[in-house]
Amino acid sequence: MNRAPTIARRELSSYFYSPIAYVALTLFLAVSGFFFYQDFQPGQPAGMRTIFQYMIWLLVFIVPVLCMGLLAQEWATGTIETLMTAPLGEADIVIGKFLGALGFFVVLLLPTLVYVVLLKIFGHVDLNTIAAGYLGILLVGSLFVSVGLFCSALTKSQVVAAVSAIAILFLITVVPWLVQSQGASTLSARWRGITDEGVYNQYVDFSKGTVDTGHLIFFLVLTAVFLFITVKVLEARRWK
Amino acid sequence: MISVSQLSKAYGPVLAVDRISFDVKKGQVVGFLGPNGAGKSTTLRMLTCYLPPTSGGATINGFDIFHQSQQVRENLGYLPENCPLYTEMKVTEYLDFRGRLRKMDRPTRLKRIEYVVERCWLSGVRDRVIGHLSKGYRQRVGLADALLHNPAVLILDEPTVGLDPAQIIETRKLIKGLGGDHTLILSTHILPEVEAVCDRAIVIAGGRIVAQGSPEELRASRRMQARVLIECKGPGEQVKNALQRVSGVGKVEIISPNGDGQADKYITAAVRPKESYDVREEVARTIQQNGWPLREIRLEHATLEEFFVQVTANQAAAPTGGAQ
Repeated sequence: MNRAPTIARRELSSYFYSPIAYVALTLFLAVSGFFFYQDFQPGQPAGMRTIFQYMIWLLVFIVPVLCMGLLAQEWATGTIETLMTAPLGEADIVIGKFLGALGFFVVLLLPTLVYVVLLKIFGHVDLNTIAAGYLGILLVGSLFVSVGLFCSALTKSQVVAAVSAIAILFLITVVPWLVQSQGASTLSARWRGITDEGVYNQYVDFSKGTVDTGHLIFFLVLTAVFLFITVKVLEARRWK
Repeated sequence: MISVSQLSKAYGPVLAVDRISFDVKKGQVVGFLGPNGAGKSTTLRMLTCYLPPTSGGATINGFDIFHQSQQVRENLGYLPENCPLYTEMKVTEYLDFRGRLRKMDRPTRLKRIEYVVERCWLSGVRDRVIGHLSKGYRQRVGLADALLHNPAVLILDEPTVGLDPAQIIETRKLIKGLGGDHTLILSTHILPEVEAVCDRAIVIAGGRIVAQGSPEELRASRRMQARVLIECKGPGEQVKNALQRVSGVGKVEIISPNGDGQADKYITAAVRPKESYDVREEVARTIQQNGWPLREIRLEHATLEEFFVQVTANQAAAPTGGAQ
């Protein structure tokens, strides 16, 4: 696994040559700027709650687009052959790609630090709350990237990879939230239990400034599971 | 150095490679020759540990391709078919990435990059983006990558496809120069290529080895299937009979216009020599003596397809291949 950082570095730098990454970056900044505008009003508490709460919906669409090429493109162009015949394992490739994409996700978040500075200048801000929010969004990002990577490993087509990743993220993020917010009172205990495991429910406490170990583990385990099956997909595709 | 035994690969019910066995000695350049779809790439992909074999096995440098794939890949340089590269990277940037993947330390990496850039004539484009390079240059970048870690074994899948004639000659020169230091397998569907660069050729068709031997032996067997085409003005039947009497001539055919025997028309006759013997002089003399105007006489080598058909037919008749 010690070759993963090399893959990650290449992956991260290749983002800066791809127009789609810049489109995502612009879109992300525009929308998060709009949410920040909601937070940054006279009389509002100095925090980034709105931006953190809404960011997750945006990520359902942006992260799959960022991840669609990770492996699908390697299959399509045949470069996967040069990777697989170099002395490195599938885990190196998967972890490397994951870290590379997560790296770009951090790049995506970096400009939002300006908001923290602005809040600090114009108000009394609780930095711990904001740090918890960033931790939460990073965990959501990791999970979403691992889902995107998994979908990208399954196909040669970047479009198929993106659409299937969006579908999975929709199912684990948007659907449970919709069900709970629309019909919480009519839900049976069993369904309430299931929808409680939705990504939004696990995440929302972070955005309010609370770090719950259970939620932390939820994200770490789920991310690890998706990475693991991605490694298995790569191994299996050799045998086809 | 490379030892392959009973290697097979099945894609579902289709047997792409069927129990192939051969050995390659250290420093040899071996050409893997076959028509498209013969199983060349599949065999090479198994040797490079990209595809697991369905049955059988192989060792490279003493390491088993299945159980010691890590060591095999460390000792191997591979240029895949169509030479896939990351098109957004610069040439030296890409080579540096590949060097890092192979855990080469910085001084060695820089030294080796200098060396392969020089050796593969890439100095002029070292800082260019790969996507902007011509096919020929990309092929050289792929070759430079394969050479980067100075591997004992080099496997090149159709290294000259898509190159222009000048580049083909240069690449062949480069490959020939690599033999000796490296053990080399290259695949191609161009017969003269094998004759130009290889010490030994392995002919593969339908997933099986149908012939092996030195380029000279291949050339000799190919000359067997050459034919002489003669275009002259004369009565078809008479021309045919006259040619038939020339010594060394086997079968004579009037190809066009299917021998309707008009004396004032040009006809084309095809003459197959009995063995590897050049009958052109004798044929020309005979036609001259009969006073038929001669427009063209030329030796036509068998196409690769004809060659394969012939070789496969020979194989069926006598199950022993060429030498080795």
